[in-house]
Order: sequence, then C-alpha cells, then structure tokens
Amino acid sequence: MAKKKGKEKEEKVKQEKASPKPEESKKEAAPQQEPKGEFIPIYFMGKKYMVPATVTIMKAIEYAGYRFIRGCGCRGGICGACGTVYRLPGSYKINVGLACQTVIEPDMYLTQIPFFPANKARYDIDEEKADISTILDKYPEIARCVSCNTCTKACPQDLEVMDYVQAALQGNIERAAKLSFECIMCGLCASRCPAEIVQYNIGILCRRLYSKHMMKKAQHLSDRLKEIDEGKFDGDMEKMKKMGTEELEKAYAERDIEPV
Amino acid sequence: MYTPELLELIKKVEATRPERIKKAQKGEHFPRMSYEEGGEVLHRFHPDYKKGSKRKLGLGPNEGDLVPNEVADILEARSIIDPGSIDLDNIDYDVDVLVIGAGGAGDAAALTAGEMGAKVLVVTKLRHGDSNTMMAEGGIQAASKPQDSPARHYLDTMGGGHFTNDPDLLEALTMDAPGAIAFLEDLGLMLDKDEDGTLRTLHGGGTSRKRMHSAGDMSGAEIMRTLRDEVRNRPEIEVVEFSPAIELLLDDKGRCAGAILKNLETEQLLVVRAKTTIIATGGFGRLHIQGFPTTNHYGATADGLVLAYRAGCGLRYMDASQFHPTGVIFPEQNVGLLITEKVRGAGTQLVNIDGEQFVYPLEPRDVESSAIIRECFERKNGIETPTGRLGVWLDSPMIEILQGEGTIQRDFPAKHRQFMRHDIDISKLPMLIFPTLHYQNGGVKINPDSETEIPNLYAAGETTGGIHGRNRLMGNSLLDIIVFGRRAGKNSAARSREVKPGKLSLEHARKYNKELEKKGLGDGLTSPMILPDYAGKIA
Repeated sequence: MAKKKGKEKEEKVKQEKASPKPEESKKEAAPQQEPKGEFIPIYFMGKKYMVPATVTIMKAIEYAGYRFIRGCGCRGGICGACGTVYRLPGSYKINVGLACQTVIEPDMYLTQIPFFPANKARYDIDEEKADISTILDKYPEIARCVSCNTCTKACPQDLEVMDYVQAALQGNIERAAKLSFECIMCGLCASRCPAEIVQYNIGILCRRLYSKHMMKKAQHLSDRLKEIDEGKFDGDMEKMKKMGTEELEKAYAERDIEPV
Repeated sequence: MYTPELLELIKKVEATRPERIKKAQKGEHFPRMSYEEGGEVLHRFHPDYKKGSKRKLGLGPNEGDLVPNEVADILEARSIIDPGSIDLDNIDYDVDVLVIGAGGAGDAAALTAGEMGAKVLVVTKLRHGDSNTMMAEGGIQAASKPQDSPARHYLDTMGGGHFTNDPDLLEALTMDAPGAIAFLEDLGLMLDKDEDGTLRTLHGGGTSRKRMHSAGDMSGAEIMRTLRDEVRNRPEIEVVEFSPAIELLLDDKGRCAGAILKNLETEQLLVVRAKTTIIATGGFGRLHIQGFPTTNHYGATADGLVLAYRAGCGLRYMDASQFHPTGVIFPEQNVGLLITEKVRGAGTQLVNIDGEQFVYPLEPRDVESSAIIRECFERKNGIETPTGRLGVWLDSPMIEILQGEGTIQRDFPAKHRQFMRHDIDISKLPMLIFPTLHYQNGGVKINPDSETEIPNLYAAGETTGGIHGRNRLMGNSLLDIIVFGRRAGKNSAARSREVKPGKLSLEHARKYNKELEKKGLGDGLTSPMILPDYAGKIA
C-alpha cells in the first residue's frame, strides 16, 4: 500500500529544483494541473480526506499526501496493481474498480487490495494436454464453483469471469481462453470467491494451453527460421551493413511500400 | 463525455469524413513527407531541439555530452547510500545471475539464463511484471512473411532512426526477430492468427512491409503475463519484489559482482553477490522530460541508467527522447496515456479543428509528433480541452467504416473499454490527442552479446542505447526486449560458469561522490529516484 510522505528523505530527488522548465513548454504539456473547482470528501481506509472532485482514486490518494509503494503500477488500467473495493453511502453494495481508472465520488469509502494470496500451479506447458484433465489436475478446487457469479461482479474489467471458469470446468479450453483474454490478473475475483478458486490463474493456463496446443502453428514462421539458419539473408544483410549513410538514404527513399 | 463545445467541433470531423473515407478506399492518401521535409519539421518542432532543455554532463564516461536536464539531474547526484556503512561480507543472496528489473527484458533474460542451468535471482522495485512492457499495445515487428526480409526490416529501422542505429545491434535485432516470435509462440502466447496458423500482420509507422504481429491491443500485456507465468513455473528462478537495486557492486578487479538492494517496505539493505548481472530496468518516462506527461508506468525512473553510469558504463544517444504522437489529452483523468499506433495502422487519420488532414498518419513517430505540434502551435489549428490542453482529432470511427462494424471492439478492446469508462464510444466519436513522452531512445552502451563496458555486467531493453538510433519505430521495443533479453540471459549464464567474484566493493560509488564534491555538482541531490513523488499533487 502507499506510504504517507516524509519517510524517504534520503532517496528523494528534487527535480524541480535543478531543472527550470521553460515557460512555454509548461503551457504545452504540463503534467501537473493545479486542482480547480470543487473538493469532495473520500474515506481512504476509514480516514477522511478532502480532494479535488474530478480525479481518479489513485490521484486522490496521492493528492491526500501518500506516495505509493504497492497498489500502483501502470496507471493506465492494464497491469492490475491497483484493485480497489469501496462502498457508497446509502447502499449495501461492495463496488470494485481500478484506482487508476475510477473517478471518485462523494463519501466513497474505500481500500485498495494490492495483494491477495493465491496458489499457482507449476507446469511444463509443452507436456500438458489442452483438456479438462489438466485443469482438474492443476486446480482441482475449480469443481467447487457454485456458480454464484461473485467473481464476475468483482471484475473491474467487466469480464464474464464465472462463464470462463465454467467453460474451463466443462473442458472448453478455447472458450475459457477467449473469454479471459482481457484479464489483467488484479486478483479481485479470487479475493471474493467463496469456493476459494483463483480464477485468473486458471484463465492464463487456458490461454496458454489453447495457444500452444490448439491454435495452428505458423508455417511461414518455421520456414523463415529455416531460411535464416541456412544463411539465406546473410548476403543481403552484409551488403546493407556496408552501405554508407548516403547509400542507405537512397535505398530508404526508393524502397517500395506494401499497400495498406 | 465530451463537452457540448467539443461535440460541436466533432461535427466538422463528421462532415469531412465521407470524402476522406472515399479517398482512402481508392488508395489516395495524404502525401508522405520527403526525407528532407521530415528533417525540417523535426528541427523546427520536435521537443528534442528545444533550446534550454538540455545541458552538458559534468562528470563520468560521457562528460561533456548534452543530455536532458532531468537526466543530468539524476546522473549528477550522489549515491543514496553511504558506501562505508554497509558490511559487504554479510551476503544475503549468492547467485549465478542477478537480473535487475522484472519487465519483459528481465523475464526473457531470466528464462533463458535458467534454461542454461544458472541459478537466477530477479529483483524489482514494484510487482513482478509492472513495467512498460505490460503497457505496450500495438505489436512486435519481425520479418516473418515471404514478401519481407530481415534486410528490409533493417533498412526501415535505420530510416526511422535517421541512420544513426548501431549496425551490429540492428543486425542482431532483425535477424533474431522471427526467432523471437517463435519463442513467444512456443510459450503459448495468444498471437493474432488466421485459422490456418498464419500470423496476422499490419503496418506500423515507417514500415515498408506489414510485419507488426499482435495479440489484440494487449500485445505487451499478453507477452508480460505469459513470461511472468513461465518464470513462476521455473524452480531455478527466484523473484524478489519491492526490492530495487540501488547500487551495483564491483569486485577488487573492477568487474561487476552483484548489487545492493533496498527492501522498500522494511527499508532494510541487502547484499547480492552474483557472478554476472543484467540491468533490465527500463526507461525514463517518469522523469517527465520538459514537463511532458508520459505513457510510462509508475516505476520508469531510469534507475539502471544511474547505477550503470556510476559503475563506469558509457551511454549513447541520451539526448534523444521519443514522444509518441498519440497520447490522450481528454478526458483529463487519462492524460498522457497511449493510443497505439495500430489505430492508425488500421486506417485512422489525424485531423485538425476544421476536420482536415494535415499529415500522413504513419510517418515515423518523431516526424508525426512534430507535425502535430506544428499544427497546434504554429498553424493554430488545434482543439482546446476544458483544462487548456491543445491537441488534434484521431478519427477512430473511420476504422468501423473501413474495416467493418465491430472492428474496434474486436481489435482494440482495451482502448474501447478505457474510453467507455468515461462514456466516450470511440467507435462513434474521435479521440483528442497530443504527443506524450514515450520512450528513452538512448541508454547504456552494449555490444550484440548484450555486454556493457564493465566486465560481467549486461544490459537489455529500454535501458540500453544504440539499437534504435535516435528514434525507435513502433513494434521494435517489444522485439528488443525479447531479442536482447535472451541474448543477455544466454551470455551471462555462459559467463557465470567461468567467473569467481573477488572481494565486493562500493569504491566506485565513493569515488563518484568525491568527484561530484570536487566539481561542485549535484546540489546535494541523490539518485536513483526509485519512485516518482506525486504526494500532495495531482500527477
């Protein structure tokens, strides 16, 4: 989770001190906007902070004075580091979201779940079969799925998590692979599952089984590897490497372009 | 959702769209710039050429070279530890190969070193896999098709890099490329393929053949999570998270022999002795060069660059930064985030406030970015957001018309979702974009074996310089991390069999600190930065 600022004196590099930024570039592309307009209260792990109304949970936590160690990764909704759960006033519901993608709401009552214990099977993907036997062998607990759909409700990516778990359970590896493709492995599903299943690890196992054993291999790729091994391109490459800049510029300008 | 004012402006884009579509379908495109024209636009508008944004390095192997002020700040800074305060005889980890960084390059290196029989330790300051690799969307280049060849790939990349690429490194990149795709296919990566197994490929900016391989618009995420899964399958590899390397260790013969780690949570310092070490720490986006927003992940603070430089490694092309042409500028929550070049590869055009095209959509990235800056600031044809940012339209609905309805949801699911969170359906409405800081073109000098200038120290991925020259083409960085990650892994593992580290030492850091003092540099600053500090601000 985040650490309140002030602890890391030694490693702090004060950028702004040493590099004056030209005024106009600031106007072009300032990374830090001065907060404008309304402030609203949010409760971060029970503690109230007043923060600018239009920002994401992640930026609000930082604005409140925290410097993340855990719970922050790509800041673009794809790495799964910042899974967050929250409640809103007047509702019993547990909501989920990624801190970097979810805009705050007044009186949001939240915490991040930056880590949740999960079991991961070890396997040699070359040796495993793309069928139900592998799934049951690696993750037998999948059979405990009670189809409650809590995992689906907990998915910040809006994936049909239960459907891919069920597909895997039925041995439909292709469907499980495709339905789980956009999984970012944040772990919120596993944190909420009453059957103690680790859905996202089943998802990646299915995707790897499907891609490795069910999709056809690219023939043109193995042909190309053979050509490279046989030295088919060595002569062209040598020639290219020997060209001076002028010659290269000419070849570059004259090269033909495959139609879009 | 867009404001009423912006929705009104979108009508102008919609008004010119049918005509633009008609032309595109006939194969008529906005003309490409000649090499000379491109060069002129670059010099006048690319941020790299902005006066006052760089200064000469005051010490070290590249003393006198111009680098961005923000890079000079972290290189002209003291070690964050007191070199005398650590007992180097108290060794916490003793391994064959130490890999610093657990992104794509680090994991590819670890897997390859492990296969060679080495005992591997991977250390990272965030979670395993938190990296720019995870965020790469568009794809990975390789001359895998009959109409293409490694030499063509070489020429395209040279042109994109303005003929400044290191020929030996570039040969390695392009000749190994089909093998890199095969490595990924073999791991069970869900590559975009036709029924018969043929890999689907598209153009990227500056390519003369369609050689961009992809996995939806999550190519990097799919590579990262698959590599990570495989690393976790391997008993010979240990991964330690939230524990960055903060200084390299050399031995009494001046060879690299490990590193000091810092557990970010307990603040404990740990000593790693390693026969060989690989730096795979990624780039510098979070230094916010010239104040630009960035597409990069939270940890992109160029730590490995600092460590390598202090240890005596030379750098190349550190003055060349890549600004990705299409960074989000609306909604404000997503500012700086990447919109993959694949969107333009699929037929999307850039248009100005009048709905008119002003640039060929697939110029090399630096030229494309410069043309957008010109359109906004010289020609004053930019669109202003409610927070005062200027940008141009990326007319994504064209994809649906050119490639069929539903294409965006199918081929760009992550991007579609990201905008739908803010009630903007990019299959119906264009996106507002402006260049954003994307990639560190330069970095640590390496040879084709991924060796740095310090014995037993290797480097791979964005932290290195020379492969891409002064400007990287799309799809060559996912390729770079696999090709040079594997080369670093293989060569470091082979070397580790012959190495016996001598007495561990931090003498180089002590000397560096003294040199700073003598020259009056650094203003008391320390580095590496490890994490950016947005506390109390809106980042």
